[in-house]
Amino acid sequence: MMIVQVCVGSSCHLKGSAEIVELMQKAIERDHLESEITLAGSFCTGQCNRVGVTITVDDQVFTGVTKDSFSEFYREHIIEKLKREGSI
Amino acid sequence: MRKFDTKVQNLKYQVLREVARYSWTDQLLEKELDIPMTIVPGRTATMRCCVYKERAILGERIKLAKGGNKDNPNVIEVIDIACDECPVGGYEVTNACRGCLAHRCEDVCRKDAITFDSYQKAHIDKTKCIECGQCAKVCPYGAIAHIERPCQRACKIKAISVGPNSVAQIDDEKCIACGACVYQCPFGAIMDKSYILDVIDMIKKSNNNQDYRVYAIIAPSISSQFSYAKLGQVISGIKALGFFTVVEVALGADMVAYSEAKELAEKGFLTSSCCPAFVDYVKKQFPDLAPHISHNLSPMGALAKYIKDNEPNCKVVFIGPCTAKKMEIKLDKVKPYVDSVLTFEELQALFDSKDLDIASMEEDVLDNASYYGRIFARSGGVSDAVAQALKEQGIDNFDLKAVPCDGIEACRVALLKASKRVLDGNFIEGMACLGGCIGGAGCLTHGEKNKREVDRYGMEALEKTITGAISMLDKVNN
Repeated sequence: MMIVQVCVGSSCHLKGSAEIVELMQKAIERDHLESEITLAGSFCTGQCNRVGVTITVDDQVFTGVTKDSFSEFYREHIIEKLKREGSI
Repeated sequence: MRKFDTKVQNLKYQVLREVARYSWTDQLLEKELDIPMTIVPGRTATMRCCVYKERAILGERIKLAKGGNKDNPNVIEVIDIACDECPVGGYEVTNACRGCLAHRCEDVCRKDAITFDSYQKAHIDKTKCIECGQCAKVCPYGAIAHIERPCQRACKIKAISVGPNSVAQIDDEKCIACGACVYQCPFGAIMDKSYILDVIDMIKKSNNNQDYRVYAIIAPSISSQFSYAKLGQVISGIKALGFFTVVEVALGADMVAYSEAKELAEKGFLTSSCCPAFVDYVKKQFPDLAPHISHNLSPMGALAKYIKDNEPNCKVVFIGPCTAKKMEIKLDKVKPYVDSVLTFEELQALFDSKDLDIASMEEDVLDNASYYGRIFARSGGVSDAVAQALKEQGIDNFDLKAVPCDGIEACRVALLKASKRVLDGNFIEGMACLGGCIGGAGCLTHGEKNKREVDRYGMEALEKTITGAISMLDKVNN
């Protein structure tokens, strides 16, 4: 089970974490990955960036995810990782 | 810029600051006895009969700054030697009495307690007087004064009496820890216990938030405080103290408003549960109404629970205007979620103990909650939020009739009516402090403009609806 945490702290919230959460939910639904991924929130991870939202995938922290870069992030760090781990 | 309303607050602050200063560097044990000398140097007394008494009282304040008497369960304590044993005269005729002909005072007195001397000046026979105050009301010169101790006048629930040696005494069975006496005693003889040392210890042992994270959750009334700096700078300051991050309790208020609206519509009658002093008051004085207290945690509890559910090993410190919150976190229902409580006074002391000049810091951001969550800080805010939450959830078969009670006296009246089933309303918003949380005893300053500040802070919220603010949390938790 992969744990994906989208930061909903003040800084990320202002930079659109609500939209990212929505995109993430839709993508998970589209790819039927509900049983592979637990989506959760986190407050600040202390890595506030000037652009974009911070997302923690298992123990790895990624910063600067925007709605434009979302699909790339999703493909590279979520789908590819799941494939590497043999979950899908 | 004046930081406090009174010199009493300033004195208390100096003690907290010095205790904190030495505690950061583990020197408190050796330096503790020097603190009174630092605050009251020289040989000339400025507050009491002599410098030695001043220093002795400071010694007692240091004890309270370190957590106070562990054997006393109340978070509010009287410093015996600081109590000035104020006179307890009751109604007395002052020399403004002109010896008039009308003698309204005599006519109105049902106990024949008023007599006149050969100059026609009134005198009150204390053996007959029942302190009803009618004479004072009718005197055209306002010549009859009510001599009352400020602590007793402040304590609307009558928990303070005159104990042995004329020292003020708190009845713990009645006290709701609202802190009104703490703020009102002109000699600073009543203080709330401080847990700054626990918080400092928590921060130090977190190893820069590596071993566990220390969250600061701040009450929305902070918007009316620290007026010499911007709110964003206060947030930077809190992080500079070593807190991992800052989250708005107003988000907890959004959560509470949302589920309180549902609970209200189901049950038909409810009292709010956000003010711990009010909740304690209902339990102590109106036990029959206790089942009607909303079963929701307070906004502080709700938010802390959310954080701890996501991150069990973290620490959560509430920072607010409230002394009663120090009592609330001892309740079994709240204990697992909130580790400690600081007041704004104590936060100021912590800033200065590290010589942080927050007014020159960069502005950080703070945005978790909606307008409605943020206005919980002032009287009427909870009612507005519950009305909004009913609307947002489409609960239209319930007709909300809120009774916002501003201050514990107003609460008493509403609860009395509710217990006799004659209350014209179905939701009691109880706030023990006048004006709501912005009138809290732990505030640095109290003023008329504070309500405006809270409303402005509410308007600045990015989220305009309660559902908007909490939907993120719901989404990521389901």
